[in-house]
Amino acid sequence: MENAIVIKNLCKIYSGFELKDVSFNLPKGYIMGFAGQNGAGKTTTIRSILNMIKINSGEITIFGKDNIKYEREIKQDVGVVLDELYFTRHLKIKSIEAQLKMFYDNWNSEVFKSYIERFKLPYNKKCGDFSKGMKMKLMIAAALAHDAKLLILDEPTSGLDPVARDELLDIFGEIIEDGEHSILFSTHITADIERVADYLTILYNGKIYETGEKDEIMEKYVVIKGDAADINEEIKKHTIGFHNYRNGFESLYKAEYTDLLPDSVVVEKASIDEIMVYIAKEG
Amino acid sequence: MNIVIKNKSDAPIYEQIKEQIREQILDGKAKENEQLPSIRQLAKDLKISVITTTRAYNDLMEEGFIVSVSGKGYFVASKTNELLRERLICEMENGLEAAVVNGRNAGLSDEEIKTALETVLKEISDSE
Repeated sequence: MENAIVIKNLCKIYSGFELKDVSFNLPKGYIMGFAGQNGAGKTTTIRSILNMIKINSGEITIFGKDNIKYEREIKQDVGVVLDELYFTRHLKIKSIEAQLKMFYDNWNSEVFKSYIERFKLPYNKKCGDFSKGMKMKLMIAAALAHDAKLLILDEPTSGLDPVARDELLDIFGEIIEDGEHSILFSTHITADIERVADYLTILYNGKIYETGEKDEIMEKYVVIKGDAADINEEIKKHTIGFHNYRNGFESLYKAEYTDLLPDSVVVEKASIDEIMVYIAKEG
Repeated sequence: MNIVIKNKSDAPIYEQIKEQIREQILDGKAKENEQLPSIRQLAKDLKISVITTTRAYNDLMEEGFIVSVSGKGYFVASKTNELLRERLICEMENGLEAAVVNGRNAGLSDEEIKTALETVLKEISDSE
């Protein structure tokens, strides 16, 4: 399978934080959700992919090309939506388009205009004064106007109301429908990933905790609840983030060992949120 | 093709899709050779992962309910499709078995059960 992004053994050391040996692939034509607590290293990874920071070691290729050596070429095909607007804040849409047009060889004004209209973005307002949702839509319109084959979004859904989030997921589906476009988006609103993402990468403390097909990862874990007296040491070995409360225990558990559990223990599907919470509890 | 995803359901989404397409084929709502939405169209419409819809279609193909025609997409298998035919016969046998068990439990004789089956056969032919 052709890959949009391949990251091999990425390391980035800051004082007090380290991104350790991060490796994952995003196959072309699919959506990957990138989950992790604040400070897990999501933004550092994204900045590394975009060559916005200097990495200590590792290799990143986009569409099979080294992200540093071929940066100029790659950037033509990459669209970025960051947490903060990176356009000149005091400019209106028309002037922003004039700036962007100079950068991108295949800028399409018609496409840009159609998205501005569809997203109902105002031409007569400075983009710095846009709402959070409007800023995000403007960055997406820009990415689509140069037909970015890879869209990288850092926390696009945070701060969006439910309607805007739903619209964004619709747009994601449209973007990848032709099988040529790929999306990597980081978020801590994992309900969005649960629905729409094909692949999932969970970062914890600067390291990859899980990466692969989302459904497969989610099938690996269950949440179990019950009376701690009912479970033996063997079962406890497969728990993650085990916590005993006054009225019973709760834990994440490896689904492959569900057969070991006594009937008195309640077994439920684990959401990505729950997986992340228990991983953090396990520490 | 009507597909409704229940978020609160315990069944995985790919199984929900599979089950609903399967039902619509079995009860004739989806006609033979009818084209299904593409994997990516369906994922977009339902706002779910492409991998999930791929898995549902792959399972349906393996079970003989749908076929893929390269370059054209996915279609409801024709009833002459060996796998689908086997599946339908199997469903019929299960249904008959359940019917016979119910009939015997109700204290019907074999003759009465056969008469009941003939009545059903006639009713269905009449309504067609």
